[in-house]
Amino acid sequence: MKFAKDYRFIGKATPRKDAVDIVTGKAEYIDDLELPRMLHGKVLRSPYPHALIKNINTTGAEKFRGVKAVLTHKNVPQWRTGTPRHVRILDKKLRFVGDAVALVAAETAQMAKAALDLIEVTYEQLPAVYDVAEAIKSDAPQLYDEFPGNLIPLDIPVFGPQTLSSVKLGDVEKGLGASDYIAEGTGSYENIPNPLPLEPPGVIAEWSGPNSLTVWSATQSASWHRFIMLSKMGFPDIRTISTQCGGSFGSKNYSAQPMLYAAALAKATGRPVKVCFSKEEHFGAFALRLGSRFCGKVGIKKDGTVMAVQGEWLVDTGAFSDMAQAQVAVGLGELQLMLRCANWDIKSKLVCTNRNASGIVRGFGGQELESALLPILTQALEQGNIDPVAFFKQNYVKPGEGYYWRDGNRWVSRSKDYSKAFERGAQTFGWNDKWKGWLKPTSVKEAKRVGVGVSVHGNADVGEDVSEAYVRLNPDATVTIHACVAEPGMGQRSSLCKMVAETLKLPLERVNMTPPDSLINPFDFGLVGSRGTYAVGSAVISAAEDAKEKLFKMAEDVLEAAPHDLDSKDGMVFVKGTPDKGVPWRSVIGLMQTCTGFGRFEPDYSLPNFIAMFVEIEVDTETGKLDLLRVVTATDVGQIIDPPSLAGQLHGAIGSAGIDTAIFEESVLDTSNGHIMNLNMMDYKWRSFTELPRFENEILETPIQTHRFKAIGVGEVSTSPGPSAVLMAASNAVGIRLEGYPLTPDKILRALGKINP
Amino acid sequence: MKNRKNQERDTIRLTVNDVLQEFEIGDQRYQVAACDTLAKTLRETLGLSGTKVGCNQGACGSCTVLLDGIPILSCMTLTVECDGKQITTIEGLADPATGELDEIQQTFIDGTAFQCGFCTPGIIMASRALLNRNSLPTETDIKDALSGHFCRCISHYQVVEALQTITEKKKK
Repeated sequence: MKFAKDYRFIGKATPRKDAVDIVTGKAEYIDDLELPRMLHGKVLRSPYPHALIKNINTTGAEKFRGVKAVLTHKNVPQWRTGTPRHVRILDKKLRFVGDAVALVAAETAQMAKAALDLIEVTYEQLPAVYDVAEAIKSDAPQLYDEFPGNLIPLDIPVFGPQTLSSVKLGDVEKGLGASDYIAEGTGSYENIPNPLPLEPPGVIAEWSGPNSLTVWSATQSASWHRFIMLSKMGFPDIRTISTQCGGSFGSKNYSAQPMLYAAALAKATGRPVKVCFSKEEHFGAFALRLGSRFCGKVGIKKDGTVMAVQGEWLVDTGAFSDMAQAQVAVGLGELQLMLRCANWDIKSKLVCTNRNASGIVRGFGGQELESALLPILTQALEQGNIDPVAFFKQNYVKPGEGYYWRDGNRWVSRSKDYSKAFERGAQTFGWNDKWKGWLKPTSVKEAKRVGVGVSVHGNADVGEDVSEAYVRLNPDATVTIHACVAEPGMGQRSSLCKMVAETLKLPLERVNMTPPDSLINPFDFGLVGSRGTYAVGSAVISAAEDAKEKLFKMAEDVLEAAPHDLDSKDGMVFVKGTPDKGVPWRSVIGLMQTCTGFGRFEPDYSLPNFIAMFVEIEVDTETGKLDLLRVVTATDVGQIIDPPSLAGQLHGAIGSAGIDTAIFEESVLDTSNGHIMNLNMMDYKWRSFTELPRFENEILETPIQTHRFKAIGVGEVSTSPGPSAVLMAASNAVGIRLEGYPLTPDKILRALGKINP
Repeated sequence: MKNRKNQERDTIRLTVNDVLQEFEIGDQRYQVAACDTLAKTLRETLGLSGTKVGCNQGACGSCTVLLDGIPILSCMTLTVECDGKQITTIEGLADPATGELDEIQQTFIDGTAFQCGFCTPGIIMASRALLNRNSLPTETDIKDALSGHFCRCISHYQVVEALQTITEKKKK
């Protein structure tokens, strides 16, 4: 067994490969990129939540100085997004405030923006619907002719023919009958927060031929603009290049709308076009979290065994979503990972409403479902006076136990025991001292009441989908990794270099990666579901091992030894045991040649990871203000690759629509007119440097059967337990079961009877 | 009346990272329009794209540069208001002769005090201003000085820690 101390780079903090570029301002983000003859695109947006365009006159805009193209629903390409494909790039019908009405490309962004004012539009307003339960009623306004009842089909094979959209197992009635405690109700996580990376989404598109499109963009997953968009655009040859990405948290895996706008304008003008959203557009016309409402029952026994989970999950996509079916599938899988149970009956409905669309957000379905369901489950624990830490420890899926994953297949966990990590977290947090029972505060000092809460989240996507990589050994004893991997902040590009440097025993500075460009790299699914460490890691490690094998085969004659007797270090090949009698790579490979290995990772959904989060909060019962005092996360990552990057991923629980969606984060939708009222960074609340809680991470390193470094990622899961843990803690602090996210002062004071409902 | 004449000047001068820049007023690409923000002039006219624009509404701190040593939001400052001033951007922090990085840049590299890096230039500029006026800031001083900077990845803990290592070194 190798431990961190034996490694040169793995487990040790090493500077990020892009560190100098980042701290000197040289790192190139999408809006820093300028192409020759590039135009700028801007979008005219709907002021109404639901309307028909009766008439649109673009003459004035077309004549405006610098304008090169104006597109409307009449002359835009017939590309369609959404799943199933139903969202036109521009439509005669508008379905949310901010929906795109027309596009303008001009010599400068200012000219394009000014020209928008010259487009004359006559609208016919239609009644709008914002609530999922209202939207599925027979007399509700209909968003799409093809989706009666505003129900978006769930039987779409996004993950194959059996894609999970419900969980049916055992006999829930029997399970409920055998339960000692049954809780029933409706839980709602519908504050539609914004993952809100600092950098707004942006794309540059250029057609190099009638069927050849190149897109530059800020992405989390460098190849998605190719493989997700191909079918939506009639299969042009799309080359996608990722710039440095200023944060994503799921939302910028791909940017369908900006990409289609830029591609359409580029097609119309024959020039490259940049479409970078403003912050207001980022808030009002890009990815929000799904709305989630769970209505159902949970039954448990006195000993904490979960006997039945039954109910209906209503998922609100807003005006449309490309990925909601996928999020439903993963969310249902993740709930099963957290709650071991023999009897299930959960049905889902996917509903569209007249507000800005939902997209991909860290937590990907599971955070949404669990945040809605846990407030119901905890009522059963409360009835039985069951300690939630003991409950979660007992009920997460153990090695050897099964769960239906997103593909509808039953997988058996070959993961590891996370109870030790949870125990360590509880100990560090001081759970046993602080937990006083359900709806009991940890301490009370005048108006200030302190409470604690906990939650657990698991995810089996750490080995999702395919990764391929080449590792090229150069004669100058440098190495180039060809893998289509972007850098949205996880430091994964640097971590992959560390894995290859370690495998090939080379100084880290000699290992570098090609830019994230789909033309020069083999396929990689991207940095989603915490898959970077296991899936992408496995591909680059295999490629490095393959290259090394080839190198030793080539060295056979030079060193007159069998390949298995050879070793390599710092760019020298030698017979094992005689490193001083080695020859440089160039003598083996040849000065003008290279030696390239290939690696491929095949999907594996049998290794779920888990994280527990403990929170301590204080509620001021005079003002209703909730302060987050302390957070402890507890997980097991097998082997740390890069300590500061891992810490950053775990601290990220606070950002990207995580913990704070239970405290102050929300998009405030005015249901009288469909406008989101806080489309700016003053009114959309975020946590500043002066409001940081004490934050500790308990990270165990129990080797796990992934690849040679026995490591597993946890980036995706860190935000998810936060909201329900805060709700539990706040309820305990005030002694009343609180409902609804976020727990803004008005909600707390209302619950305390201090202001009128 | 003297002033009137001054106001009618059709050029402005500002010193950016120790280089004197003179601009005509106008709306051509190489000129500065009266409505141009300093962020736009730096990024688009001078090509100094290290200064980032996150919200363009003065709320996120990412566009922070130093104006005569004081941290300001360049997205909320008109370039014409900067006539005669000294501007320092992230590109101007390293030693121009040796290329040696500013101590803050180096400590951010050593501590990986960033994730996506988009907020980093603004945070480093605000930190530079802090250390210029207070060479031994406390943790509270650091947090106060950076309270207007939005970091969504949550690198706050590592930023504060990195800046504290500078203070610790100086104390020794």
